Amino acid sequence: MSKVGIIGVGQSSFVRSYPGSIRELAFEAYSDAMRDAQITNDLIDATVICSSPEYDKQRSPAGVVAEYLGLNPQPTFYVETLCSSSSTGLKLAYSLVKSGLHSCVMVLGFQIMSQLTSAESQERMGRGADIQWESPFGTMMPAYYALHAQAHFAKYGTTPDDLALIRIKSGTYGQLNERAVFRKEVTPDMFADKDGFGSPVSSPLRVGDCCANADGSSCIIVASEEKAKALCKKPVWILGIGSASAPVNMAGRDQYSGLLVGIESGKQAYKMAGITPKHVDVAEVHDCFTIAEMMATENLGFAEPGGGAELIRAKETYKEGSIPVNVDGGLLSKGHPIGATGGSQVRTIVLQLRGEAGAIQVKDPTIGLVHNIGGVGLYGNVTILGRE
Amino acid sequence: MAKQEIDRRFNKFGTVSFMGVSKTNDFIDYLEQGKVMGTRCKTCGKTFFPPRADCFHSLTSGMEWFEVSGAGTLQTFSTLRYAPVGFEGDLPYTIAVVDYGDYKVFGRIDKAIASPDDELKVGMKMKAMAGKTANGQSTYFFQKA
Repeated sequence: MSKVGIIGVGQSSFVRSYPGSIRELAFEAYSDAMRDAQITNDLIDATVICSSPEYDKQRSPAGVVAEYLGLNPQPTFYVETLCSSSSTGLKLAYSLVKSGLHSCVMVLGFQIMSQLTSAESQERMGRGADIQWESPFGTMMPAYYALHAQAHFAKYGTTPDDLALIRIKSGTYGQLNERAVFRKEVTPDMFADKDGFGSPVSSPLRVGDCCANADGSSCIIVASEEKAKALCKKPVWILGIGSASAPVNMAGRDQYSGLLVGIESGKQAYKMAGITPKHVDVAEVHDCFTIAEMMATENLGFAEPGGGAELIRAKETYKEGSIPVNVDGGLLSKGHPIGATGGSQVRTIVLQLRGEAGAIQVKDPTIGLVHNIGGVGLYGNVTILGRE
Repeated sequence: MAKQEIDRRFNKFGTVSFMGVSKTNDFIDYLEQGKVMGTRCKTCGKTFFPPRADCFHSLTSGMEWFEVSGAGTLQTFSTLRYAPVGFEGDLPYTIAVVDYGDYKVFGRIDKAIASPDDELKVGMKMKAMAGKTANGQSTYFFQKA
């Protein structure tokens, strides 16, 4: 069986308000990945462009971005699965290469969110749920995740302080990530500030439990085994990819203390890679909210269901712990430019596996995992990467 | 020939409705009569809430309405202190999921419950009631059963 490798990764800085257009933002990740791969763009024979629409005026952005990056006349495909768009794009790129249709494919994710107010952004994100039967009640992403936090608290006795520990960890590493939007330390005292991190958003979640919207782009270049070996000194291989979907309406779910798509896509990815959770040396999980990271660690088998709180209390998810999670600051500190997020997570794991992660380098990892969720567990992708 | 009127009754659902046309628009009439209704497939008996016009299992559109009645179990809830555009006037408000066994219902908690975060507990019995939003739209909400 031939493999598919990652030969280049790139990312823009994630910022509060990008002073440019989507094509210019896309260029930042593109140029970073091209410099990383040290290839010329005639080698790229297809592009997959990923974002979530309605944050900017441009319709069908794939054509605009491909043109700006000099990637005509190669085919380009637009992929959207809300916050998991670029990991879905990676799955498409993998399939295109694995099928033999293309030998080198670029996955470029981007999002400019700053042109909207936070309330407008919440309204649009809310419409990523069921607009007929849920949105008329005034739903938004923090509220949906808050429903999960409430259920987790009721079932397992988890507390707001446990969730705060996750935010404190992301602050520890966000400070070290020069491309993160939030580069400050987070302390327990900050959650006592009722006008700051302690301000209630949707009970039991507080401001400190939520990631910040950001503008940003990410870029991943994948290639066939033959091409990857010829072009790249340290290719990182895609060992497993799992994907799943779940009912959009909360009424269609059978549990609220975990995400079914996380469990299902994780199972598929472990099976394809032929590994168990114990083999994972470093992970990036979708922590749009603190509770999301806690559920992810359980859904991926790093802890038993309900064991996520003990995992963070024992600091097992820190860089020196048994399963380092989101040691680049995660979505919470790095920021969450929807369409770029999955690619950024993949970039972090690729750098970890190459031993090029700098201040956040985990000791000698051989297998890494990326868990990227779209909507409120509506879509999920788990991707397992390895050095061999 | 008289111009056919488009049925946009669903525009009357919730504080802000995002769509008007659905084959389940009778849901609104039932709400206005004080009933919260789901649909059941006449062929296979599968129940749907929210109601659907079509059954993916039987490949038919032969559905009958049934009333969401009696008590269900509160699965989870959250009180919003921040709202998306269009809902600011409703703050604070509490959303919830209630399990009726064969189906679950997503909606809001009755404003009559003054301190939902103190008064509500996951697992308690709740019932769904038809009513009106603050801006006079049709809706339903949960009360303690």
